[in-house]
Amino acid sequence: MLISYSWLKDYVDLSVDAKKLADDLTMSGSKVETVKSYGQEIKNVVIGKIVSLEKHPDALKLQIGIVDVGKEKLQIVTGAQNIKVGDYIPVALHGSTLPGGVKIKRGKLRGVESNGMMCSAKELGLDESLLPEYQRNGIFILPELPLGDDVRDVLELDDVIEFEITPNRPDCLSVVGIAREAAATYRKSYRMPEIKISEVDDKNPATVTIEADDLCFRYVARVIRNAKIGPSPMWMQMRLLKAGIRPINNIVDVTNYVMMELGQPLHAFDLDKVKNRHIVVRRAKEGERLITLDDKERILDKDMLVIADEEKAIGLAGVMGGQNTEITDDTVNILIESANFKGSNIRYTSRKLGLRSEASSRFEKGLDPEITVLACNRAAQLMAELSGGEILEGLVDVYPKPVTEKVLSVRYERINKLLGTNLSCQEMKEILSFLDFGTICDDKNLIVKVPAFRGDVDGEADIAEEIGRMYGYNNIEDTLLKGTQITAGVKTREQKLEDTVKDVFLSCGLNEVITTSFMGMKDLDKINLPDDSYLRNAVKIMNPLGEDQGYMRTTLLPFMLNVVCTNYSRKVSEFKAFEISKVFVPKSLPLEELPDEIKSGIIAMYGHDVDFLTIKGVIEELLDVLNIKNVKYVRSQNPAYHPGRSADVIVGDEKICVFGELNPDVAENYDINKRVYISEVNLELLFKHANDEKVYKPLPRYPAVERDIAVLVDKSTFVADIENVIRKAGGQLVDDVKLFDVYEGENIPEDKKSVAFSIWYRSYDKTLTDEEVSKVHDKIVNRLSEELGAQLR
Amino acid sequence: MEETLRNLLEEAKKELSSAENLKTLEEIRVKYLGKKGELTKILRGMGNLSHDERPIIGKISNDVREEIEKELTQKREEVLWQEKEKKIKSEYIDITLPGKVHEIGHKHPMTKVLDEIKDIFLGLGFSIAEGPEIELDYYNFEALNTPPDHPARDLQDTFYITKNILLRTQTSPVQVRTMEKSKPPIKVISPGRVYRSDEIDATHSPVFNQIEGLAVDEGITMGDLKGVLNLFAKRLFGSDTKTKFRPHYFPFTEPSAEMDVSCFACGGKGCRVCGYSGWIEILGSGMVHPNVLRMSGIDPEKYSGFAFGMGLDRITMLKYGIDDLRLLYENDLRFIKQF
Ligand SMILES: [Zn+2]
Repeated sequence: MLISYSWLKDYVDLSVDAKKLADDLTMSGSKVETVKSYGQEIKNVVIGKIVSLEKHPDALKLQIGIVDVGKEKLQIVTGAQNIKVGDYIPVALHGSTLPGGVKIKRGKLRGVESNGMMCSAKELGLDESLLPEYQRNGIFILPELPLGDDVRDVLELDDVIEFEITPNRPDCLSVVGIAREAAATYRKSYRMPEIKISEVDDKNPATVTIEADDLCFRYVARVIRNAKIGPSPMWMQMRLLKAGIRPINNIVDVTNYVMMELGQPLHAFDLDKVKNRHIVVRRAKEGERLITLDDKERILDKDMLVIADEEKAIGLAGVMGGQNTEITDDTVNILIESANFKGSNIRYTSRKLGLRSEASSRFEKGLDPEITVLACNRAAQLMAELSGGEILEGLVDVYPKPVTEKVLSVRYERINKLLGTNLSCQEMKEILSFLDFGTICDDKNLIVKVPAFRGDVDGEADIAEEIGRMYGYNNIEDTLLKGTQITAGVKTREQKLEDTVKDVFLSCGLNEVITTSFMGMKDLDKINLPDDSYLRNAVKIMNPLGEDQGYMRTTLLPFMLNVVCTNYSRKVSEFKAFEISKVFVPKSLPLEELPDEIKSGIIAMYGHDVDFLTIKGVIEELLDVLNIKNVKYVRSQNPAYHPGRSADVIVGDEKICVFGELNPDVAENYDINKRVYISEVNLELLFKHANDEKVYKPLPRYPAVERDIAVLVDKSTFVADIENVIRKAGGQLVDDVKLFDVYEGENIPEDKKSVAFSIWYRSYDKTLTDEEVSKVHDKIVNRLSEELGAQLR
Repeated sequence: MEETLRNLLEEAKKELSSAENLKTLEEIRVKYLGKKGELTKILRGMGNLSHDERPIIGKISNDVREEIEKELTQKREEVLWQEKEKKIKSEYIDITLPGKVHEIGHKHPMTKVLDEIKDIFLGLGFSIAEGPEIELDYYNFEALNTPPDHPARDLQDTFYITKNILLRTQTSPVQVRTMEKSKPPIKVISPGRVYRSDEIDATHSPVFNQIEGLAVDEGITMGDLKGVLNLFAKRLFGSDTKTKFRPHYFPFTEPSAEMDVSCFACGGKGCRVCGYSGWIEILGSGMVHPNVLRMSGIDPEKYSGFAFGMGLDRITMLKYGIDDLRLLYENDLRFIKQF
């Protein structure tokens, strides 16, 4: 919300500059976003009147004007076409400055002397988009104003403060509301606008019926007769402009002006277009149509509230008026509406129709019904003044259930305890009284009468906030939880294990990436996911940003592949990365209870020294650190992977991990022309099998004997199977087995491969003799031959 | 004979002094002291000596042996030292050659900042709590004093799954879940993903990260809130950091405040980072609303507490001077490896 400082000063006496006021109000609770100084850079720009205009002899597009600026008449050349003799305009004199540091000097334009410049609104730093066309295209044409006066004074070009008002304080969406906050901040008083109504003797002919009194709590109206529609005076237009509101005419401008001043949205109807001058506040009929003031036809539903006459809807209550009763240049009799509606209903209508207005954004926060009469009278007063109309006798006020005064009893001890302050009841009383709260102190309690415009204040905590913010949060002494119980900050087992997994990945050279959570079904197609995969049962978002982001991810793979693709296409030559994040797996669809959120890990790598064994090494490292034993590697059926170069990692009966080379088809889907190795880890299962218990095993006291063994086996034989036979046959004496060579090629039959292991034999009780070792070793050789047809080389 | 011995000693000394390596030294040792060496040869002639001469010559020959041995030892040490010197000299390399690196991975910058924040709060006695990202409307809004037609719901564009299930818009629901299942004293922080219906641009993302904090016990005051968050700011941004608390509004805290920290880029003088104000808005906070305590099964007459929440993405960007949020989710490794 934008408020000009000069307008604010109408209601409170302030001596600080706008910047200081902005800082102080921010610290007391009315946050200021920016302060814009309109007139600051303008010097020597005055009001002038065009006395004559003629064509430039040598330039088609230029005109030579004589402009009366009070003490002299100046010849000024201009390119503007929207001016005529008699127009009042801003004139930048010789030696003047304009916003942006522009300096204006006397000079010649195509040989004709020009002693200054006629200014557009934009050149004065104003937002032209809010101006009517005749003021927008060229020079800023003004109403009649004293010649030679400084534009900064007559146009009130001062500081404009932009507030960010929180939704709990609709009372602050007004100049008076801010004046009240400013006054309380500086512990002084503010004043309301002075309202004088002089009614004529004729009775007000309009009547009002509220049919939906659950949605409309109060409806106040007045009638103005014989109004003459025209532009509103410059001072009012300027105040509206600076508030970001478009000036329209003297009637509509008054409704907006009073809304800005008091915070109560108003509407003006052309009374002669209201059937039988009877206003009916009712629910819309399902499918009822109304063309709103913005020329759009709205289709309404039965939960929306309309203002109607006896035949038709004439306005969308609290949101926007109807075109059928709009104030036009021919309007003579006016009905002023000052009503109070249910906030949530206005919010519903506004959202449903996608139509927000200054009025709806105020009403939806819930306004004070008590201010309606004041606002109606203020508007009547101003309309009568500005349009020459008469205020008819009598104010319509339909107010079925007047609100009762809210009185709270709060404990000032308790308030001090909550804030960490030591304020007396008197001090609290003083702060509250500046905010218009009525207060009485007794020995324990502070009795507070809450002003009607403070619908947000309900209890002790709210009063504590009022006192705290006006006392100053920064005056409260900092403490460090003194007097509370000491707690230990701890991580859970899962959190610690997650840290461990990250450490392993990092030390394996993998960099951490973070991707977002939304996927599209196409992402699943790209990773070759079968049509019947349970991962296609994804949680669907009702209002997604787009079809490609319509579901919560069930797998991290497409996301990691996008990262691979980004890096690959940017020529990153070595790539090693991981992500740990959640995937979302519903128990049933459509969702009836919250889905499972499963912590998962994913690894991807490519590069010159990266192959299947590199990624397997990471997995082995991980299993080793987490102390997970008895792991089986079986060929994976996962279609995202290369069928011959991928494995599932099985612990117990559970598949905790899959890893291997990315299926070439999938790589192609992502335009990656490189072998990529990936692994997906179910962290929850991993953590389940992680063995935190480590028990010390004595170091061996007797030496080990190392024997190598090289055998020829079928090409398809798994190395792990050979190792298993060795360990089984060797029993306890085999202390360790390590593969050191696999060879195919020259000197080896085509369907065979040579596999060589080192075996360490050791007893924990004695030094083994050669014979003892040989006995076991021979047994191993025999068993390899029996079970795997291995021939010793 | 005595003279022969003395000559032998002189000769040996002379040879030793010109010896330059261990091999020569060994040869000299064998030549003079070996089983078939010169000294042995001479001593073999001892039989011809008289009874009186024997001990004298015996002593002399012992002295000579000892002397040669001493010289030998000395010389050997000298040669060894020289050889070492020589070897070391020959082993000089170009120490500016690049090292052989086993490259370790880099954490994402957001994780680095999060780890720092976790450490600070763990040290202050806060544990780490987690909660679901797909959340019930009840926990995300209602239990946080934000009933269905509350205007504050407008501020957060929510992704819905069903009428009652949504993507959490804040980490605050973890507050409620934590209070429901534990008794005071409660001190937790809760980091995690949150979702709001914003198109991605340089400062917005539909998916981003928050860190929530909550402390509930008897006698917790707004002074405690300020003290703890002030300490936190100094730890995270440096001990010169100043803080400022501005009144604000959140439905689930009352009183509520936003905390600004003095700009760590310019020290408060004003720069591009702080929008020339000298201050940077860091977090929202407040005293837990009595309605929230009550709905979570905690008696607001007995207990009070404070809560706070901050955006991890934003703090990460500020801390490292990252000017586009999209960099955080794009994951170009050349970016990640800078942290
Ligand atoms: Zn700065």
